[in-house]
Amino acid sequence: MLTSVFAVMLYMATLVMAAGLGHRIWLYATTPAPLKIPTMPAPTTRGGVVLRMLSEVVVFRSLFKANKWIWLFGWVFHAALALVVMRHLRYFLQPVPEAIVLIQPFGVLAGIAMVAALVALWARRLLVPRIRYISSPSDHLMLVLLLAIGASGLAMKFWAHTDIVAAKAFCLGLVYLDWQPLPADPALLVHLTLVAVLMLIFPFSKLLHAPGVFFSPSRNQADDSRERRHVPPVRLEAVPR
Amino acid sequence: MAAEQSKFDPVADGRGDPLEMPRLACGAMAASKPYVATPAHQQALGFPGELVEDWQDKAIARLGELLEESRSLRVYLDACVRCGACTDKCHYFLGTGDPNNMPVARQNLLRKIYRRYFTLSGKLFPWLVGAEDLTKDVLEEWYSYFHQCSQCRRCSVFCPYGVDTAEISMAARDIMDSIGLGQKYSNEIIGKVFNIGNNLGLQPKALKATLAGLEEDIEEETGVPVRLPLDEKGATILLVTPSADFFASPHMEGLIGYAKVLHESGVSWTLSTQASEAANFGMFVGSQDAMQKIALRIRKAAQDLGVKRIVFGECGHAWRVAYSFLDTLAGPFDFLDRNYPVPQHICEFTHDLIQQGKLRFDKSKNDEFRLTFHDSCNVARASRMGREPGGQFEIPRAVLRAVCNHFFDMAPDTIRESTLCCGGGGGLLTDELMDLRLKGAMPRMRALREVAEEHGVTHMAAICAICKAQFSKVLPQYGFEMDAIVSVHQMVSNALVLTGSRQEAELDGKAEVALQEA
Repeated sequence: MLTSVFAVMLYMATLVMAAGLGHRIWLYATTPAPLKIPTMPAPTTRGGVVLRMLSEVVVFRSLFKANKWIWLFGWVFHAALALVVMRHLRYFLQPVPEAIVLIQPFGVLAGIAMVAALVALWARRLLVPRIRYISSPSDHLMLVLLLAIGASGLAMKFWAHTDIVAAKAFCLGLVYLDWQPLPADPALLVHLTLVAVLMLIFPFSKLLHAPGVFFSPSRNQADDSRERRHVPPVRLEAVPR
Repeated sequence: MAAEQSKFDPVADGRGDPLEMPRLACGAMAASKPYVATPAHQQALGFPGELVEDWQDKAIARLGELLEESRSLRVYLDACVRCGACTDKCHYFLGTGDPNNMPVARQNLLRKIYRRYFTLSGKLFPWLVGAEDLTKDVLEEWYSYFHQCSQCRRCSVFCPYGVDTAEISMAARDIMDSIGLGQKYSNEIIGKVFNIGNNLGLQPKALKATLAGLEEDIEEETGVPVRLPLDEKGATILLVTPSADFFASPHMEGLIGYAKVLHESGVSWTLSTQASEAANFGMFVGSQDAMQKIALRIRKAAQDLGVKRIVFGECGHAWRVAYSFLDTLAGPFDFLDRNYPVPQHICEFTHDLIQQGKLRFDKSKNDEFRLTFHDSCNVARASRMGREPGGQFEIPRAVLRAVCNHFFDMAPDTIRESTLCCGGGGGLLTDELMDLRLKGAMPRMRALREVAEEHGVTHMAAICAICKAQFSKVLPQYGFEMDAIVSVHQMVSNALVLTGSRQEAELDGKAEVALQEA
């Protein structure tokens, strides 16, 4: 019963996330960008744009220019999250690739760094008046959700150990549509439930910044308007008012 | 409001760190609003004359249309995570402390409506995600705070997703226009461009007389008959320049500079009555239609006159529209000479001639000027000059360095891509917004004060008509001379030694004397 509930919940969450994100990305991709609006100075070639985008996505270049504290906490959180997610691949792959085996100890450290960075980000949100001013309840709750996911994960590693072999069998079972029993450990159940919640709200929340950044015209357009005539894919027509 | 105003003292507050974080002053600028457009101004642009009966529905419907039309709007409304990177980047926030002038808070005024009517989370849990119904109070906030954004894009430089508040404020102004709540200053001006051909409403006769007067002035000064041609068919270059250049100081001195450079280049050129305005306020009000209509005048003038090249004078947002949008809105320009950039900026034109050694300067003529350069936001963050990214910073400075001996930059975090708005851009250069303009200029005035004290800087050069007009107004309030703002081509004009001029004879005479003495 427990296994079925969680299996269905996780399938549903994955489905909603995939469909929701797909729809959103389709919307971003098909909405015309009528004018050239890269934030200058901008690269003049497509290759340059790829590098600019990489520098934004990998090292958060603009954020670094803006505010070193937000950059530090934000970058550590995202980098740590990436490592933690990669570490989790071992629950879904059999045999586990060599690279994933190698990063296991770093993944644990990253888990700690991630939680620390989230605490720091939340502290900023609570303590800096102008950031508190712009925060809605959902901005606080998002941090709480991520913190709880990280904390429940770390709890299983350091304190309330779960039957990791059974947990992996459950995960693999989900992948191969051959359900295996889920260990009924509270930390694991909390962890999985919160991850499902995160996946569910992904396409309806500010987590859309993840696909959104790639479609941001101020970052993904090349500065070539004098060399190449920019004709929007959908012609703009005077809209009757 | 009155209390807030009296607390602000430009002379005392004009000193200090240009980017100093203010204390939050909630609602301090809520009462700052430009005059509302009259029905006549509105209808001339095809907008309803006054607030329509079912304005809520109309506004939401218009927002829906804009979301379909504009990827930037859609992505920017979704992507913001309230990280706070932009919160201290707006000059109006730095100058007023009003938290609604933090870029993200300004965006949120529109975002909360988007959330409420266009997202699942906002429809189901408005309180959770900060979604709100579109009420009269919200509309009042919109009118106030979307007219406290000069669309300078400084926030977008620092945003990790490149969210550009200019795009948001343009959309909000478009929505307000569409329900009959327009801004008088911008819409009246757009009407003048449609009817007369320029922002100032200068009639062709007056324009002709002005140009003739300038020709006389130049000949008197130099002894060279430099022409300022108007509507001359068959000229090679069409010069499109802001109408302020025909009218006020220091703009006019800049126009004299263009004329001298163009004369010295030997390339024939002309101004046009039809396109006697480079500015395009259609951008400020977010109206693609108006922007396109205004841009098409320039194409038509170029075709009617049979020119081969288009050169733009010193105007910030005009150069954005010219550089980034003109080809899209009014192109293709296949009838022009593609060996030259289409369009070209007058600074690029002058810089090229300097590179080729075709201009002779007597820099000592500018020795009374200890100069700095104010990067205008639309040139800095929305366009380019030259072949390399960043040419928009290097080329005007290279021109200034070629014509004067004393040049000093302001603090690095207040120039180039981080430049601070003059405080009057984006359709806010109107008298009833003087309080806002004064406070918004504060960061720039502090940066200027720093170089004035450190390097004895006396003058600040700019390449934007709005910057020049705004600084002429606010500089005296901050304890500077009113004429401390100068045009880049005014400096060029001062130092340029025209072939066959009195200045040339004088210089060569001096050289001969020196040679004989040696």
